[in-house]
Parts: sequence; C-alpha cells; structure tokens
Amino acid sequence: MHSIYKWINKIPDQVLPWILPLFVIALWQIFGQLGLISTRILPTPIQVVAAGIRLTENGQLFEAVFISTQRALIGFLIGGFIGFALGLLNGVAPLAEKLTDSSMQMIRNVPHLALIPLVIAWFGIEESAKLFLVALGVSFPIYLNTLHGIRSVDPGLIEMGQVYGLDKWELYRKVILPGAMPSILVGLRFALGIMWLTLIVAETISADAGIGYMAMNAREFFQLDVVVMSILLYAVLGKLSDLAAKLLERRWLQWHPHFSKESRIKKAS
Amino acid sequence: MASAFQQRKSDQESFVRIDSVVKRFGERAVLNDIHLNIQKGEFVAIVGRSGCGKSTLLRLIAGLDGFSEGTLELDGSSVNGINPETRIMFQDARLLPWRSVVDNVKIGLTGANAADQTLKANEALKLVGLQDRTDEWPSVLSGGQRQRVALARALVGEPQLLLLDEPLGALDALTRIEMQRLIERLWERQGFTAVLVTHDVSEAVALADRVILIEEGRIALNVAITLARPREKDSSFSYFEKYILDRVLTPEAGDEHNNHMLDNYALYTI
Repeated sequence: MHSIYKWINKIPDQVLPWILPLFVIALWQIFGQLGLISTRILPTPIQVVAAGIRLTENGQLFEAVFISTQRALIGFLIGGFIGFALGLLNGVAPLAEKLTDSSMQMIRNVPHLALIPLVIAWFGIEESAKLFLVALGVSFPIYLNTLHGIRSVDPGLIEMGQVYGLDKWELYRKVILPGAMPSILVGLRFALGIMWLTLIVAETISADAGIGYMAMNAREFFQLDVVVMSILLYAVLGKLSDLAAKLLERRWLQWHPHFSKESRIKKAS
Repeated sequence: MASAFQQRKSDQESFVRIDSVVKRFGERAVLNDIHLNIQKGEFVAIVGRSGCGKSTLLRLIAGLDGFSEGTLELDGSSVNGINPETRIMFQDARLLPWRSVVDNVKIGLTGANAADQTLKANEALKLVGLQDRTDEWPSVLSGGQRQRVALARALVGEPQLLLLDEPLGALDALTRIEMQRLIERLWERQGFTAVLVTHDVSEAVALADRVILIEEGRIALNVAITLARPREKDSSFSYFEKYILDRVLTPEAGDEHNNHMLDNYALYTI
C-alpha cells in the first residue's frame, strides 16, 4: 500500500488528472472490441476518432464547428453586453436599480430553455432563434455578477478616491470597475457554460446546420460514431472557452494574491 | 481692548479655524461647541477615548461630513466638501490593490502629464524609502510598507493640510516608531499643517506641537508640547505623557491646578 502511494507521488502533477480519463477510455475500447458493449449502442473510441477524421476530410466537421462557434459568440456578445450594461447601470444608479432589478430577478427565474416552443413560433428555426436564446441565457449571470461586484467594492476605497479628487468617470475607471472585475469574471465563466448548454439544446431541437444538426442528422442514419463525436466536440469547445476565461483572469487579475505567481509557487511547495 | 485685538489677529493667522462647531447624529451631539485654531505649519494631535468624537472632528475638517452648527474655515474660506489642498491618511492604507505601488502614488497627483507624474511619484516613494518597490502589487507589501505608500500618495501632491486618522494604529511597535520619525521628518521638510488623531498619548507627545484632548464631544485639554525636536523619551517627555494620560483616565480631575503646574514646568524646561 505504502509503495503504491510512493509510486503515485513520483508522477508529475500535470499527468495525474489524465490517468482516470485515459483508463476509462482504454476500458471502453477493450469492452467494445470484446463485444461486451455492442458497437451499435456505443461505438468504440477508435471508431469515434475515425468518424472525426472522415468528417474532417470532407469538410463537414469544420463547417459545423464554425457555424456553432459563430452562433455562440454572437449570442454571447449580445447577451453579455446587455447584462454588463444593466449591471453597471444598476450598480451605480439606485433609481435604475429600483426600476429594473426586481423585473430582472423575475425573468431570471424562468428557465430560458422553457421558452423554446415560443421562440420557434416567433423566429422559426432561423439563426435569430438560437442567438436570442443564447443571449437571454448569458445575460443573467453577467448581470448578477456585475451588480454584485460593484456592490462589493470596498467603500473605503471609494471614499479614498473622493478625497483624492477623482471625478465620477475616474472613480468608475480606476476604482469601481477594477474592484468589480473578479466578480464579473466569475459571471463570465458561468455565462460561457450557459452559452454552450443553450446552444446545444437549441441546435438539437431545431437547426439546419451546426454541431447539433450534425448529431441529429447522424442519429437518423444511425451513425452513432458521429453522434458521440459531436458530444465530444461540445466538451472540447466548452473546455476551450473555460481556458480562455482563465487566461483572462490571469491577465486582468494579476494583482490579486490568488492569481499571482508568488502565491502559486507558495502553494506548490 | 488690546486682548480682543490680539484675539482677532490670531484668528486671521489661523489656517484652520473652528468656531462653536456642533455635530449631531440624530438627537445626539457627538461634538459640542468646539473651538480650535490651528496655525499654518502646526502639528496638532487630537487624543481621546474611542467614541469621544475625535475622528468625527477630523472628518469635519476634511469636508467628508457636514457639521450641524458653527463655522469651520480652512485658510479663510468655509469648508463645504472635500478640498484639493487637504489629504487624508486612514488607519488602513486604502491602496488600490489592482495598481502597482507607483501607480497608487500617482492617484495623489492631478493634472500633471504622465512623465511628470512618474517622476514625482518616484520621488515621493524615495522619500518614504520604497524606491525599489515601485512596480510591485500592494498585496506583497507589509502593513508598514503599505502605510508608507499611503503617506507618499498623500504627500506627492504637496498638500497644505495633512489629516492623519490613526494611521499607525494597526502597526507593530517598532514599525510605529519608524513611521513616527518618518512623518516628523517629512513634516519638517515640506512644512504642511498636520492634524493627527490617535489614541496613543505617547505618539501624540512625540509628534505634536499641541495636544488636544476631546472628552464627550468637548475639548477638555489643550496642551502645548514645548519639547525640542527631535524628541527623546526623557523625563520631560514622560512628564507630558503622564500629565495627559492622567487627565484621560480621570476626567473629573481639577484642570486649573494642573494647567498651572504645567505652565511652570514648561517655562522651567525651556
């Protein structure tokens, strides 16, 4: 027992998280090959990779990823801008908050995916339906976290800014916005998760292009390898956007002890 | 007649003039009928127990809070709102954690162009002995270093009046002594008027030309500290310290007698 622990301890930190997933994939491949899992129900990892290569070669994969990513980003930009702007406004103007905050909270409690039937009735299966749903889903976490971030800026710092004669714009730019940034970035990460989730559902239900469409189309012809590959594609895209958010945190929150290099070194030692 | 004339003359010379100032929070008067004149370049310390109103008085002088009655003038004009010639140092340094040390100091400068700002901020940091930490984040500095950055930020704009609201209260004993010497040195060098609020009588005696004791919203004691600078903690220092401390601890003691004694003593030491 002790020697196993010692052995595991020798493996570099970067490798550790990959052991379990690789083990599961290996098992999956073996079970599939032995016929313990029917490949008609679940294709083996190698078949999935083969499907990926096939679709890359005929260009379908690239086209689907491009269309889905484009939808995700445009919807995110619209929703993110609305959420951020409202959060800012309500954070600094009490009157605006009184007027709009409780309405926002009410709408927030409606699951936005429940609107799909209505959205299809309004927009059909056009692009605007998906953009609308993504924008709606993304705007709330950004709104809430922007508002919360502004509220939690240390009032002592704001007072300091006033004593040092900062005008409203400077106070906002030098004190309030950077102070709210950690919270805003948390909202951003939440929003990126919701962005993909919403898009997956919307594309699966109604679309004529994109990853979700590719998966649904493949299901009709019982190409389960393409279906599994589409699911994995979503996972990779989700992971990539999370990485992007983390990079932003590293860049914009360098000052924060939690993200500085020194504290990371301390934690590791 | 002569004394009335002298009184008016000294009023005109006062940099800060506080006359019959009352501050109420609701029904309760936190400050009651405060009269205080501070000369240009003078270093005044305000001591008192916690909750006596000393910090409130400082906030009134700063223009952070309004007062209920009376007149409060700064350099001949009435105080209403924050004055650009006034800077405050708080108990916590209140540095912006997302700006480097030098950029925090630049907050104290307005108007100057970027190159000029950097030059001045670096000079100010040199004065407080932090010239080699300019590009670091405040989070890696110690408490004393943060207060030194705050001091540099307060002084970089060369203010006329520096208000210190227990700026050393959270520091350890050694750092406090170091900071006291630094503040005294910079005050002598730049010649600003300083008002220090503290609960540490020894600190007040070490730094101030005059120590004011506030008790239940009134000025209970106004003592000129006639010790030569730089001040040593010798027997005359202890005398002032003990005198003020005794008065803080026993509010009912007879003022007349003690004041008289002190006058004699002060003459004697000079």
